[in-house]
Amino acid sequence: MRSMSATTEPRPAPAAGTAPPHGGRRTPAPARTGRRRSRRRTSVLLQAAMALMVLYTLLPLYWLAVNATKTNGELFTSNGLWFGSEFALWDNIVTTVTYQDGIYLTWLFNTVLYSVAGAVGATLICALGGYALAKFDFPGKRAVRAVVFGAITIPATALAIPTFLLFAELGIADTRMAIIIPALVSPFGLYLMTVYAADSVPDSLLEAARIDGAGAWTTFWRVAFRLLAPGVATVLLFNLVHTWNNYFLPLIMLSDPALYPLTVGLNQLNSQVTTGANLEPVYNVVLTGSLLAIVPLIVSFLFLQRYWQSGLAAGSVKQ
Amino acid sequence: MSTAPPADPPRRPRRRRRDWTGLVFVTPFLVVFTVGIVAPLVYASGLSLFRDQLIGGRSFVGLGNYADALTDARFLEGLSRVALFLGVQVPIMIGLALLAALVLDSGRVRAMRFMRIGIFMPYAVPSVVAALMWGFMYGDRFGLVAQLNEATGLALPSPLSSTWVLAAIGNVVTWEFVGYNMLILYAALRAVPEELYEAAAIDGAGEARVALSIKIPALRPALWVATLFSIIGSFQLFNEPNVLQSLAPAAISTYYTPNMYAYQLAFNANQVTYSAAVAVLLGAITVVVAYVAQRLTERGNRR
Repeated sequence: MRSMSATTEPRPAPAAGTAPPHGGRRTPAPARTGRRRSRRRTSVLLQAAMALMVLYTLLPLYWLAVNATKTNGELFTSNGLWFGSEFALWDNIVTTVTYQDGIYLTWLFNTVLYSVAGAVGATLICALGGYALAKFDFPGKRAVRAVVFGAITIPATALAIPTFLLFAELGIADTRMAIIIPALVSPFGLYLMTVYAADSVPDSLLEAARIDGAGAWTTFWRVAFRLLAPGVATVLLFNLVHTWNNYFLPLIMLSDPALYPLTVGLNQLNSQVTTGANLEPVYNVVLTGSLLAIVPLIVSFLFLQRYWQSGLAAGSVKQ
Repeated sequence: MSTAPPADPPRRPRRRRRDWTGLVFVTPFLVVFTVGIVAPLVYASGLSLFRDQLIGGRSFVGLGNYADALTDARFLEGLSRVALFLGVQVPIMIGLALLAALVLDSGRVRAMRFMRIGIFMPYAVPSVVAALMWGFMYGDRFGLVAQLNEATGLALPSPLSSTWVLAAIGNVVTWEFVGYNMLILYAALRAVPEELYEAAAIDGAGEARVALSIKIPALRPALWVATLFSIIGSFQLFNEPNVLQSLAPAAISTYYTPNMYAYQLAFNANQVTYSAAVAVLLGAITVVVAYVAQRLTERGNRR
């Protein structure tokens, strides 16, 4: 696998510059106020095309939300795109969280634990490392950059089985750490933080802190970390989504249902229901469980998006 | 660490001293990198050189497992399937994303903010939930396709039939990632300095000329990033077919994609070392294809 990292090393630098939160860095406000935009007339054709696309992306979410409000029986008898005669969302939620002694809540707790521990840890590790790679010279720096950035193209799914084999050998396969440890590694996050730190932390500021007698650790937390905040939010969000959505690794790694995250638990429940292994056809639990699983992500997305934009605006004012 | 020496009077104005502080800061990353990436790959690669026999236990077979994999009809079937997937789904998805990014950037639509967030939203949905949702909509139990057929008298084929299921998976993947790719491309367009457009306008360049000479070159690196991740995603396809399998057991075999095959080998066939070889081989193939694609792009750029 060493050749894998070597061959993929020359990665195009603009990657970070074009990743969502960074690309807009130089634009002071949300996109709609673009300068050259105001002069253009609205095109009906383009408007219709975009409306169609939004319809395509939002329709399944709408379908899920509508069908999570139906009783099991009405799922089969009512129009899939409209509500049934009974609004059973609350009943469905109660059924979902109490199903099999509240196994859903256990899965939810596990997902939150894995994602928060993994994402917060990974982000701090990436912020420290990216700051170091951008702002310090140290022995072996070039080698570290080459190997780590080369590893960006190694897909997480390709690592799932090897990681399981190793962790099984070490006897830690069916544990919470088996999910959290791999979630701490984010070469792409390190790459983003390196680019971000190089751009947003001025050497002069670090020099000033040093002259004031601040140690490297203090300087990082008091000076650099604040400047890195928008980048940190980005990396945090992406890692959060990644771990929350992770399926292959926990599917392989865990055999104890009490350790499952939502993704594995929901799919297992669904296949039991679909194949008839589960005698109760609890489609409403699968649907409502799916809906409940995505609500926190969508909310945090919208919330953090606002956070980015304020960060982006602040960054552009400084320049 | 917190008491790093405030010594070293500001003799040298350059802050980039060559010392160990940077290495200390990057150490946590190196530790998790070693445990989470290097060690598993080394261990699995080593394991892939052995074979478990009923008699005699585990014995060294060198590259034997790899030779087997390269002539294994199931592995090759999965590999050609994901290659087909790559050839069809990725161009469609990137094309749609490009179109959406160009439209957003043209400023000729209203409610852009809503459109941007709306199209990006599926990225926040776990692929398991995405596949479950689409699977239900595809399905004949309370699916939309069945209801549509019933309501209109059409005879649309089931998306979960073996003819259509790959396209159905392609649709789920496109749905999940079109918005993400759109944002990557859109951000690249937004990064074009305004002066460039002004200069083009002064030179009398038309819209087509601006697109050709300014927008496409500006998009090239971002297009490459989007394509690279899509290539990787295609070769590593697992979640969507795995989830849909329970709904379409006849159409989706246990070796439908190489990753599903590796999973099947490790857990149901109990061929752990062969599974390690398949996983390592697939990872290597993925990286090689991504590398070749990158070289081709570079050559294209130089021209």
